[in-house]
Amino acid sequence: MNLLEYFARHHREILQATLEHVWLVGIAMLLAVAVGVPLGVLVARRPWLAKPILGGANIAETIPSLALFGFLLPVPWLGDRAERIAIAALALYALLPIIRNTAAGISGVDAAIRDAARGMGMTDRQILLQVELPLSFSTMLAGIRVATVLTVGIATIAAAVGAGGLGEFIFRGLAMVNNQLILAGAIPAALLALVADFLLGVCERRWQPARS
Amino acid sequence: MSADTDRTSGRSSLPDSQPVIEFRHAGYKLPNGRVLLHDLNLAVQRGETLVLLGRSGAGKSTALKLINRMLEPSEGAVLVEGRSTLERDPIELRRRIGYVIQEVGLFPHFTVEQNISLVPRLEHWPEERIRARVAELLQLVSLDQQEFVRRYPHQLSGGQRQRVGVARALAADPPILLMDEPFGALDPLTRAEVQCEFQELQRRLQKTIVIVTHHVAEALLLGDRIGVIDAGALVGLYTPKDFMSATEPVTAAYTANVRMFEKLEGPG
Repeated sequence: MNLLEYFARHHREILQATLEHVWLVGIAMLLAVAVGVPLGVLVARRPWLAKPILGGANIAETIPSLALFGFLLPVPWLGDRAERIAIAALALYALLPIIRNTAAGISGVDAAIRDAARGMGMTDRQILLQVELPLSFSTMLAGIRVATVLTVGIATIAAAVGAGGLGEFIFRGLAMVNNQLILAGAIPAALLALVADFLLGVCERRWQPARS
Repeated sequence: MSADTDRTSGRSSLPDSQPVIEFRHAGYKLPNGRVLLHDLNLAVQRGETLVLLGRSGAGKSTALKLINRMLEPSEGAVLVEGRSTLERDPIELRRRIGYVIQEVGLFPHFTVEQNISLVPRLEHWPEERIRARVAELLQLVSLDQQEFVRRYPHQLSGGQRQRVGVARALAADPPILLMDEPFGALDPLTRAEVQCEFQELQRRLQKTIVIVTHHVAEALLLGDRIGVIDAGALVGLYTPKDFMSATEPVTAAYTANVRMFEKLEGPG
């Protein structure tokens, strides 16, 4: 049986797993953005917080993913369901690029623009929301793009704790020494990463601030 | 712009003799102890244009930033409309003071219209009033409304950007205008053009204006009085006429510079 036939016969399961995968990555990314962007702002605003925050995110990044899934198992509430563990772990991995790029984007706003905004009587909050964040949007998106591609890959390992997704095929294929099964998980995962990269790249270019 | 709007927004109940801006032994030093400005005593009268002249790093921009509380004096006090800046809410104070800087600081993601209407929008003006005001201001700085409202700063020339910067500073009709090297980034011909336009604007608006510059010619052209600042201290205060005959060494160095150019232009 060749690969195409296999895909044709199992397209329902593959589609199902792909949707699970997208769901895991999507929720994890929403979470990571919701936490990472404010942390990035904090890093840019309070230099003394930069080291602990970036350091913490850096350490999270270095924990092997399989181990991280394991560490989260005994955590109350989180450990009750496999998807929760998976989403928490994925969000943790996605944090660093998002924090770093948000901070870089905000620090990169021209000092003259910030000076003018302050001199015209904008409050710190108005400067952040109306000037700094819009001007760092494409840099932030670049970070989100890197994080998303990363997370699509790591999410395959979530199957190890039973969270589903395309990793199911890969783990089953490994156990059964069946290359077709492995490819049934790996190929859609790779395509997913490419599609996410492309779409977010389009957004990034669309939001590029005009250079003066 | 009518005299009425000037009166309602600009003129407070102060007697006319009281200075609009006053430095009383004002100084500023950095947290590391370096003194940028020391014991400055200076009063700016209503409707007057004061030019602060000095080299880069002499402390003139520091003096300017003390007025709108971008910096707070570490000694003495700065009074705006009779009250210490430290007693006033910085946001409220800055919205009553127009501010123009050399790099202009237009927001690149805002159109010309959005840039100009920034302070009116922060002040929640009704939409029709904002639109009318933008049209009025563009006319004031000689930019065609149809052509420019929808453009972004990167689609403008340096001179046009500077004009938009001035329009933005004047948007909420502030009684005071602060300008930090406002024409510094322009090429000489454009600068002369914008300076002349600004002189005309000055006559019409009667704002209290403080301009910081290192160009003598600009100081002589635009200033009612010229304050020379050197190494963090005010070394002389002159009318343009007195300026040319001043004997104080730093000022004399500036006048010598002017004379050198006059000689080039003289009969030859």
